[in-house]
Amino acid sequence: MVPATMKPAPFHYHAPRTVAEAVTLLAQVAPEDGRVLAGGQSLVPTMAFRLARPRHLVDINGIDELKRLVVEDGRLCIGAGVRHAAFHRPVVPGPLGQLLSEVVRHIAHHPIRTRGTFCGSIAHADPASEWCAVAAALDAEMVAISTRGTRVIPAVDFFQGIMTTALADDELLAEVRLPTLRAGVRVGFAEFNRRAGDFAVAMAVAIYGVQDGVIAESRLAVGGAEASPRRIDAAEYALRGGAPTRNTFELAAELVARALDPLEDNQNTAGYRRDVARAMVRRALEQAEQKAGA
Amino acid sequence: MNDTTRATQWIGQSVERLEDPPLVTGRGRFAGDINFSRQLHMRIVRSNHAHGKILSIDTSAAKAVLGVVAVWTAADITDIGPIDFREGPIEKLAPYRQPVLATDKVRYVGDPVAAVFAEDPYVAEDAADLVTMEIEELPPLLDARDAPGEFSPGKDTEATVLYQGYGDVEAVFRDAPHIVELKLTSGRHSGVPLECRGALGRYDASRDQLELHGAAKVPHRNKELIARMLNRPPSSVNCFESHVGGGFGIRGEIYPEDILVCAAALKLERPVKWIEDRREHLIAANHSRNQHHHIRAACNDDGEILAIDDVIHHDNGAYVRTHATRVAMMTCGVLPGPYRVPGAYRAVCHFRLTNKTPAATYRAPGRFETTFVRERLVDAIAHQLNLDPIAVRKRNAVTVDEMPFKRPLEALGEEIHFDSGDYHKLLDQVLEYVEWDKLNADLAARRANGEMVGVGLVMFVEKAGLGPVDGVRIQVDTSGIVEVITGGASIGQGFETVMAQVAAETLGTDYKKMRVIHGQTDRIEHGIGAHASRATVMTASATREAALLVRAKALDVAAELLQAPVDTLDIVDGEVVRRDRPGGPSISLGKIAAALSNTSKTLGGRDPGLSADGYFHVEHQVYPYGNHLAVVKVDPDTGGVQVLRYVIGYDIGRAINPMLVKGQISGGFAQGLGGALLEEFTYNERGDPLAVTFADYLLPSLRETPDVEIILTQDYPSPLNPLGIKGAGESGINGVGGAIASAIDNAIGIPGAVTELPVTPQRLKAILDARLKGRIHG
Repeated sequence: MVPATMKPAPFHYHAPRTVAEAVTLLAQVAPEDGRVLAGGQSLVPTMAFRLARPRHLVDINGIDELKRLVVEDGRLCIGAGVRHAAFHRPVVPGPLGQLLSEVVRHIAHHPIRTRGTFCGSIAHADPASEWCAVAAALDAEMVAISTRGTRVIPAVDFFQGIMTTALADDELLAEVRLPTLRAGVRVGFAEFNRRAGDFAVAMAVAIYGVQDGVIAESRLAVGGAEASPRRIDAAEYALRGGAPTRNTFELAAELVARALDPLEDNQNTAGYRRDVARAMVRRALEQAEQKAGA
Repeated sequence: MNDTTRATQWIGQSVERLEDPPLVTGRGRFAGDINFSRQLHMRIVRSNHAHGKILSIDTSAAKAVLGVVAVWTAADITDIGPIDFREGPIEKLAPYRQPVLATDKVRYVGDPVAAVFAEDPYVAEDAADLVTMEIEELPPLLDARDAPGEFSPGKDTEATVLYQGYGDVEAVFRDAPHIVELKLTSGRHSGVPLECRGALGRYDASRDQLELHGAAKVPHRNKELIARMLNRPPSSVNCFESHVGGGFGIRGEIYPEDILVCAAALKLERPVKWIEDRREHLIAANHSRNQHHHIRAACNDDGEILAIDDVIHHDNGAYVRTHATRVAMMTCGVLPGPYRVPGAYRAVCHFRLTNKTPAATYRAPGRFETTFVRERLVDAIAHQLNLDPIAVRKRNAVTVDEMPFKRPLEALGEEIHFDSGDYHKLLDQVLEYVEWDKLNADLAARRANGEMVGVGLVMFVEKAGLGPVDGVRIQVDTSGIVEVITGGASIGQGFETVMAQVAAETLGTDYKKMRVIHGQTDRIEHGIGAHASRATVMTASATREAALLVRAKALDVAAELLQAPVDTLDIVDGEVVRRDRPGGPSISLGKIAAALSNTSKTLGGRDPGLSADGYFHVEHQVYPYGNHLAVVKVDPDTGGVQVLRYVIGYDIGRAINPMLVKGQISGGFAQGLGGALLEEFTYNERGDPLAVTFADYLLPSLRETPDVEIILTQDYPSPLNPLGIKGAGESGINGVGGAIASAIDNAIGIPGAVTELPVTPQRLKAILDARLKGRIHG
């Protein structure tokens, strides 16, 4: 194939039609800096700036088997071809569909959501990715396929730092699986960014069930604040057994703030990120409660 | 001519823009749309170092790429001097001009070092990646308040120190009952047009004509500058403006890339096209605004400002570009704004170079900065003296009885004469419109309820209509279409529509039957272009002069053809009619034009053509004025600021097209909002720019930008031009930083809290946290 002449640095373009073809190609080109192209909403701009210079692109947009979005064995299976926009309306009944449809509105802007993919965000692993925070909160399972076989990687092992994951270079993230949530579970999401659609300074995903007036089960994850999103055990533990009230939420938020080792950059000190994360945790918890009451 | 009896009235009407049909149907022609056969494409290799000595540049690998025609470094263009000043040589500043390609040193990240010319734009970019350079890094200078460093042997980075003032500052301060002192900073931001820059150079050897396409803003001035820099007769250089996707002061100046495409077109004998990408734009096109003010005011007990003393450190970036010291000098001159300051005034500006992108004018240069500084000062006076901030403003604002108000300070080389206006009346109108007392009571009640909400207000005086002269040629063709040939420029502001409205009303035709020419230096000899809010004031006034002459000529011919006295004739919808005989004989302007052809028997002793040149001269600029009022809400957890409401009161003298004026104000406001809260060109300690994409340089989006409520008044037409016009372009941005800063202070209950723009959430949170600490420990 002749290298194309265009704004990005030259690369070879491949368009497989099946997963088998894709992983075979990946096995060949991965050692030569081959990358998977899905929605391209992160990769292509970086290539246009010539910051990313992959030698090969394996375009998976033409692979029909990756477009599945189904519930199997109580898990929502999201194929690598599923766009963000698919979640604008709840894709499953109950709290999970509701949570995903709320979170998706925070991801960039509408045109970007019609191209970018759920799995692409997970594989890219930007610390400020909303889907990564959701995946961490729900202990998502990542299905990675290569010519060497298929493996399932739990979220806690998958995210390994800023734009760093457990995926090997020759592996395709073919699917992400999220557990569905039973009716009545409360869900909330809050993030802070400078402008609508920007990468968040910090975000929080709150999921909890209430039994007999107290919180019985809880999942609380923070994204954007650290290199990778994660659940904060101490805060989840503190929630359990407490009434879903401001005092409980503030305690949990404070425990999150203490547990964090926030990223620092030119704009945001660690202290600022910690403060914002604390506020977002409280707001996510409150929002979940408000919606339950509504 | 009696305007009121005329059937065709266009001045003052919010008619549709003439410019829009091609733009909204995809038929626009921007720089990127222009192509010439055999054209080459240029790519600039830029410095990745903020400051360093160039030891070597290796272009051999780039030259070896298939499709590359030439690769230039400074050594290839030793016959071309640095980018010169628009207004001509300035000896003291000459050593600080930017070379077209960096010679011995690189001085900012983005400094052009080499140029690659290739058959294809992307081949040029691929090859540019292969140009390597050895740079010996030098420590970067990044803060204009730091001690100056060496620019070149014997020259330090303080290029000059500017001064404006009057009176005995020391004496007034010595005797004044109160002194108020502030340190304030305006961040580095700039205009970011939707269309990046673009330039095409073409040399026509058959006619010995050099052409620059993609020109904007000041094509006639640029023609002169290019001729001077390339040592060609000005008559052999022409500039052509096409559609321009935003100007804002930064687009259309002569930059290294413009000279390179022209020089390459001459030397390589092929057209050369250059289109800037966004990363380049954010590091290479002019930045603006970065100033540090240490200001003091001497006041009476009642808040009267007796004297102002300001020491300014102006960060001009790496070089002094085409504008020379214009922004800094303007800053010194316009700072007092609407206030009298009767005793004494002194502004000393340290005009310093740093290792950042060079800076120059951006919409309301020197005014966005000084309105922030001045109005912060007035708020501080009110707080320190325990006075009402509105009362302090009224105590100091020039009154209508003092007009015209002269001040021994200058703006753009002219002494400042406020031509007309009632600043107090407009302020009262704005206060009444928002129900000031009730608004404050409502906000106070919300604050008592735990919300951080507040209001801020600023007063300002704009300046517009930079002279000294504009000329327009109007010619009517035999179909009756009117060509209005101007030396102006259209940067998207509705220039064509406004000129057409003025020409049509004066002439008595349909404004849609106009063809308005701008930015074509081969069509008219002189032109000053579109900057300093001058186009409507100057070019429309000249249009009126030319239209009056054409009208007189048309009536003269019609009187002969219709056998009727001239004073019985009028022009309605392009037809000369008899006022005294409705439905009687008439003759169209097209027919009159035919009657004036050079072979026409009716020509007689007249010059051929239904055409005329009109000129309009002025000695002074005009000074429109206004108020900005912001209502904001602060998020105490994050430091985020939401603008709940924004009101702009503005007296424009006379609006030719109120819709376009409001469009100018709204667009300016959005840019001001960026400068107040979001946009900032930041650098790390190595001098690497950190805002090089739209993910880092945060322009306000629709979601952050509220609708602006505009109170547009026409109470004080300017006495300096027949239509009473003042300018519109810069009023929407002028006061945004000041008003939002004041509103934030009010919302968080900390007077004087905001000392730096933009007010980022991080900065505001730090202010809130500091107060909290003060309370706990204090």
